[in-house]
Amino acid sequence: MHNERTRVAVELSQAAVSFGRGSKAIAALQETTLRINEGEFVALVGPSGCGKSTILKLAGGLLQPSRGAVIVGGKEVSAKALRIGMAFQNPTMLPWLTIERNVMLPLKIVRPFRADYRLKKNSEYRDRVHALLRDVGLERFANSYPWQLSGGMLQRANLCRALVHEPRLLLLDEPFGALDQFTREELWGTMQSLWLKHKQTVLLVTHDLKEAGFLATRICVMSARPGRIVDDRGVDFPRPRTIEKTFEADFVALNQRLRELITRSRTDTVIEEA
Amino acid sequence: MTYELRRRLSAAFLIFGFFLLWEVLCLSMQVSDLVLPRPTQVMETLISRFGVLWPHIVQTLWTTMSGFLLGVTVGVLIGAGIGISRTAYDTLYPLLIGFSSIPKVAVVPIFVLWFGSGSVPAILTALVMCFFPIVVNIATGLATTEPELEDVLKSLGASKLDILWNVGLPRTMPFFFASLKIAVTFAFVGSVLSETVASNKGIGNVMMTASSNFDVPLVFAGLFILAMLGMLLYVAFSFVERRVTGWATRREDFTAI
Repeated sequence: MHNERTRVAVELSQAAVSFGRGSKAIAALQETTLRINEGEFVALVGPSGCGKSTILKLAGGLLQPSRGAVIVGGKEVSAKALRIGMAFQNPTMLPWLTIERNVMLPLKIVRPFRADYRLKKNSEYRDRVHALLRDVGLERFANSYPWQLSGGMLQRANLCRALVHEPRLLLLDEPFGALDQFTREELWGTMQSLWLKHKQTVLLVTHDLKEAGFLATRICVMSARPGRIVDDRGVDFPRPRTIEKTFEADFVALNQRLRELITRSRTDTVIEEA
Repeated sequence: MTYELRRRLSAAFLIFGFFLLWEVLCLSMQVSDLVLPRPTQVMETLISRFGVLWPHIVQTLWTTMSGFLLGVTVGVLIGAGIGISRTAYDTLYPLLIGFSSIPKVAVVPIFVLWFGSGSVPAILTALVMCFFPIVVNIATGLATTEPELEDVLKSLGASKLDILWNVGLPRTMPFFFASLKIAVTFAFVGSVLSETVASNKGIGNVMMTASSNFDVPLVFAGLFILAMLGMLLYVAFSFVERRVTGWATRREDFTAI
């Protein structure tokens, strides 16, 4: 499956993370080896507290592995070889900026865009932001303030902010977790079409198995804390996938299989602890 | 709008009523103006002696404002330091809390000892009175940045300065202006305090001299002037605050005072 000629976007080799020192050290992530090729959409699922977010933070360079190595875009992650976009469950829009300016924030910070920020913020960058907002159906709200938008709309804006600087790697930590079912399913569709358009590498952390099946090209299942990857499988339902698909037999079967894996990994740990 | 107007009118009426009650009670109970002068007596004193009072008003105003501006500068710098650096927080915060617990009356003689009487101790006292609330508010504002947002920015390669400039400082603005309104009234307390102890100019000095001459209406005139100046500056800062940090209130009918 791992063709030598496809380029590797993220590689964890025997990477482990523990917090604290000595006897008080808590292992957040066991030695994990994971390889994500460019253009893949990988979903990381598992029970809460299993280290999903830890892997995401390793890939984003927000955390250094205690042991092992993390290579992003062919270099050590701290070298910033790959442009990264991130979105979390909390949309964290800045309340004093309009949606347009909020989405534009990465262009103010990331090289090489920041050099021309003053020059282009009312022309080229503005058009770019508006094009993205149009893709997610928010164009009418470009000049609104965050408090005027609903949770689902804020999360759309959050996705735009993660994409505006054309990252090659998109890291998503349960971005749809706090939304109601209908809005969530709607946003899966939005996310899918954004990905089909830009084809960046995506690492999605989620506890929603349906979401993983709907969006991902590959699903990695993690065991309970301290986490390790217990299952790694491709998902090859044809695109674009629809919500109807999620009720079909093969999709439901995948869901049940994943659920089984997670439940088993949890009971294992409970027995070990007892 | 009619509701708004009615609210304002009733407030104005009640404030006027307070002074009217004061006047009527003093008259009916025949209170001597050595104890409590009537509002009309105070106003009369204020108007008839305004020429004499004016230089003192100017003196108090400029020492207060100088002390206040210095206090804001010092307060913002220390507050930003505490908000950014863990070490600064651990070392400076206990010191500042200790310092702010000292009654400032005790500090004035030291300033006089160092700089002589006059404007300098007044400015310095205003400074030490007003910088603490600014420090606390700036530090709090900086400390309340969401960790997720910080992660998003760090993954973009943002420096600490980028984060401070784009997120930290704008977020502190509502806290900052709230503290300015408190600080400016504190600055008045500081400068007047110093003037009463060691100065031959300023409203504080006028009140001190007047009270030793049993010129009680003049003492009250001084108090009135201070209250008016304090309110004036409070309103001014509320106005600026509304312009700069309207996003924090989210209301269109937000009233300044």
